[in-house]
Amino acid sequence: MADKQENMNRRKFLREGLWGACLAGVGTAAGLSVARNNPDNMVWQIDPYKCIACGNCATYCVLEESAVKCVQAYAMCGYCDLCTGYFVPEPKALDTGAENGLCPTGAITRTYVEDPYYEYTIDESLCNGCGKCVKGCMAFGNGSLFLQVRHDRCKNCNECAIAAACPSQAYKRVPADQPYLLKGADHTS
Amino acid sequence: MMRFLRLTTFAAAVLIPCLGAQGEIRFPPPEFESGYQFPQTTTPGAQPVFHEYIDVALLVVGLLLASYLILKRRSRRAVFVLMIGALLYFGFLRDGCICPIGAIQNVTLTIFDSSYAIPLAAAAFFVIPLVFTLFHGRVCCGAICPLGAIQDAVLRRPVVVPRWLESGLRLLAYAYLGVAILFAATGSAFLICRYDPFVGFFRLGGNWNILIIGVSLLLIGLFVGRPYCRFLCPYGVLLRHLSRLSKRRVTITPTECIQCRLCENACPFGAIREPTGDWPEGEYKVAKRRLAFFLALLPILVGGGVWGGYALRNQLARMHPRVRTAERIRLEELGRVEGTTDVSDAFRATGQTTELLYHDATAIRDRYGLGGALLGGFLGVVVGGKLIALSVRRRRAEYEADPASCFACGRCYKSCPKEHERLKKNREAVEGHA
Repeated sequence: MADKQENMNRRKFLREGLWGACLAGVGTAAGLSVARNNPDNMVWQIDPYKCIACGNCATYCVLEESAVKCVQAYAMCGYCDLCTGYFVPEPKALDTGAENGLCPTGAITRTYVEDPYYEYTIDESLCNGCGKCVKGCMAFGNGSLFLQVRHDRCKNCNECAIAAACPSQAYKRVPADQPYLLKGADHTS
Repeated sequence: MMRFLRLTTFAAAVLIPCLGAQGEIRFPPPEFESGYQFPQTTTPGAQPVFHEYIDVALLVVGLLLASYLILKRRSRRAVFVLMIGALLYFGFLRDGCICPIGAIQNVTLTIFDSSYAIPLAAAAFFVIPLVFTLFHGRVCCGAICPLGAIQDAVLRRPVVVPRWLESGLRLLAYAYLGVAILFAATGSAFLICRYDPFVGFFRLGGNWNILIIGVSLLLIGLFVGRPYCRFLCPYGVLLRHLSRLSKRRVTITPTECIQCRLCENACPFGAIREPTGDWPEGEYKVAKRRLAFFLALLPILVGGGVWGGYALRNQLARMHPRVRTAERIRLEELGRVEGTTDVSDAFRATGQTTELLYHDATAIRDRYGLGGALLGGFLGVVVGGKLIALSVRRRRAEYEADPASCFACGRCYKSCPKEHERLKKNREAVEGHA
């Protein structure tokens, strides 16, 4: 009987010890996490200088309509009459006719500024982030059109589904207080 | 004039790419005479962080409430209501992200990658349910986890899964945990998020393959209670073992077991264990020999696992995008494949040397060598440990909920006649008071 009592005590002691060890382990994980914590969150963003405008952004986002949209860096834009981001190759005429437009959803607005310059603006409610215009602008223009994760739409998934499918590994986590990686005219790389 | 400009623009468009590197300005921005001011690129802000603090606060409140309802009130109905509430909030309203299961990977990445800063919500969602499990058992599974809740809600006609099958299938969860930690530690992928079967329902849309897996799991879940929780959930593996040590936990009977066997089939998740005595005299010798055999087998299993995991390092390393890129570039350089892919085009556009790429890929593969060996060893320990555990008999005097497998849902309470006695007493006390 005494032996059994002692046995129970030993088992209890082991249990308590293991319990304490587990709590300490969880505490360590918590402490480590807090030490490495970023008070501001991290959000996903595209490095526009790595992006090759492959088109995955339009299809891989978990949202029905992708959180990625094309944006215009106006300071970099050449305001070309023949914008290769706006027009299909060899357009019939340089006007706003649908048959000449490259954008599948007609999301780019072409506004006359002064001869011979035109301003190109993205209507984000129409843009689906396919990057066709980005490709055109990168190939023959200044590359002022580029893709960005729009944070008013982004769900900030723990693993971004587009990032997992990005062939150029252009997606990265950036601090939420500076959530955009914009192209600028001063950028020289 | 117009025509000339157009021509020059076109000529420039064709010719200049041959000269300029990417990112250079080919057409200097014009000097506008009309006083045109170019607009600024808009930058809508990220979702406010306070949402996540609310999530963490609600998680703590929810777990406290769940502990109270399951252990003190012993009310299945109240737990069910709380569970549906959690499903609506953490699932449908907050899109099932962040969840404790996925947070395993954030914590792992924090440990292995010093440049990664873990969001506070992810750390809290990982740690808080573990702490609660140490005190109150798996209350998170039963009432809070949206993945558990959606399966619990669809359960209609539970069938009994044989114990050997249940134990065997559960090994999948250990493997899933090990592989997910390996991929997260090497910075390759967040596997658990990528194959989260129910997040598609919460977001009301998503990848077709995942939606099909989710629908299949829910269809299975009509008959097999919580298939993801029991056989796949990697976080459940951690909770199982912590729950064995918990200070308080679900007891089927509120007072004492009268061995009436009424609760025997009350648990749709196969968590109720019947009373057992010692091995019968005849079986004892066989059982002892079996245990000795499995104990001897353990080092062999671990060794085999280490060897197997190391042997698979190159296959495992393919989960890392850098390694995939290196392999593709290598094939192209050797002329074994025709043409290029988006991946190889993107790599060449960066202007990096292939030496750097191969060097990186080799370093990652080396890490996978160690990681694969550890993963294999871990799986060896799990399989060996399982075999040993199955050949040890524990004495139990009464019917009880297995602390490891019990999801703390409270379904078994009503099957106990002692519980009805308790409820009756409570009612009488209330009426007597009134």
